[in-house]
Amino acid sequence: MRLIAENLGCQRGGRTLFRGLAFRLEAGEALRVTGPNGAGKTSLLRLIGGLLAPAEGRVALEGAEGRAGEAAHLVGHQDAIKSALTVEENLEFWCAVLGATGGVGLAAVEAALSALGLSALAQFPARVLSAGQRRRLALARLLVAKRRLWLLDEPGSGLDADGQKTLSHMIAAHISAGGIAVVAAHGAPEISATREIRLGGGA
Amino acid sequence: MSEALKAILVRDLKLALRAGGGAGIGVMFFLAVVVITPFAIGPDMKLLARVGAAELWIGALLASLLGLDRIFAADQEDGSLDLLLMASLPLTLVAAAKGAAHWCATGLPLVVAAPLLGLLLGLEPTALGAAALTLLVGTPALTFLGLVGASLSVMLPRAGMLVAVLVLPLAIPVLIFGVAATEAASRGELFSAPFRLLLALSLFFLVLGPVAAAAALRHARD
Repeated sequence: MRLIAENLGCQRGGRTLFRGLAFRLEAGEALRVTGPNGAGKTSLLRLIGGLLAPAEGRVALEGAEGRAGEAAHLVGHQDAIKSALTVEENLEFWCAVLGATGGVGLAAVEAALSALGLSALAQFPARVLSAGQRRRLALARLLVAKRRLWLLDEPGSGLDADGQKTLSHMIAAHISAGGIAVVAAHGAPEISATREIRLGGGA
Repeated sequence: MSEALKAILVRDLKLALRAGGGAGIGVMFFLAVVVITPFAIGPDMKLLARVGAAELWIGALLASLLGLDRIFAADQEDGSLDLLLMASLPLTLVAAAKGAAHWCATGLPLVVAAPLLGLLLGLEPTALGAAALTLLVGTPALTFLGLVGASLSVMLPRAGMLVAVLVLPLAIPVLIFGVAATEAASRGELFSAPFRLLLALSLFFLVLGPVAAAAALRHARD
């Protein structure tokens, strides 16, 4: 499996965010995308996930079935958490839609909640979660969706030091298992990426 | 795949029935429309009984327009829609599951409430049954028609009124045949021509609604 971008260009509302972007990620590699606000980091992730169409060029996931989006999981600024559902129900829902169902799914949900330190909150409605806890719940989705391509948009925002450590362990475990991660991040040096590109400022 | 669709249906039902979900608002609005009618028309029981079936249908139609705009907009705002688009599920079936959940939470209570509200309008027992039956057959058409309006306005904030204006003209045939079928059924002709046309409209929109909604949702992604 490899993720290939060739001559990729992105326009939003008539404004060119970036063009001529090219990279090639093999299984087991992580790419860190940096750049100032508005440089197109989120748009790049949405392009890879198939949620936006490129203005030029192409991005493709070779060696995976179906569209690139189906092999990918996106954790973005919008956390896809329903406040009225409990923490467990939120995760069970995405597990059923994106990953395994039945007994396997339930075990995966429990494991993901405990990995992110949310087990004690499982039965509480998601509306009581703090911003950092919501981020942890969104990251827990990665463990139940079991996709090989992770698209992470500022995954560390709102996380405490312990959460940052869990996150970097998760990413490290994912790429050592042959996955690919694309991480948009300002700083976050603790996320070990094998490759880095910088958007904006002449990129 | 069916497990995933069931999960979508169950989640949407839970969200609608929990606090702030808005499942009860439609029935309350229906009640309000029916209750104010005698104040406007006057306490003439014969006249009320004659316009009662039509009144129930108008109330149910207006009530079913409420909350349509939230079907996809709520998922769009919190990012759930992005993930549903990326899931390996046919978007048409996702839209159908969401439509079915919306009907169960908002359409079905109208059907159940209709005979009770019909009592307030002095309808005969047969007319009460006829209204409930035709609403049972006709409200899915309204919901799945609304699915198209909801998907077209998914990127717009506060699109509630816009969706109602988009959907209302297209719902007129459902209203015409719904009222005609109710009147025929009150006279004892259950499977009258209007009733069969109403059934056909429902089946038509049950198929067309999700297909059109999926196309509109894909288009809305820029």
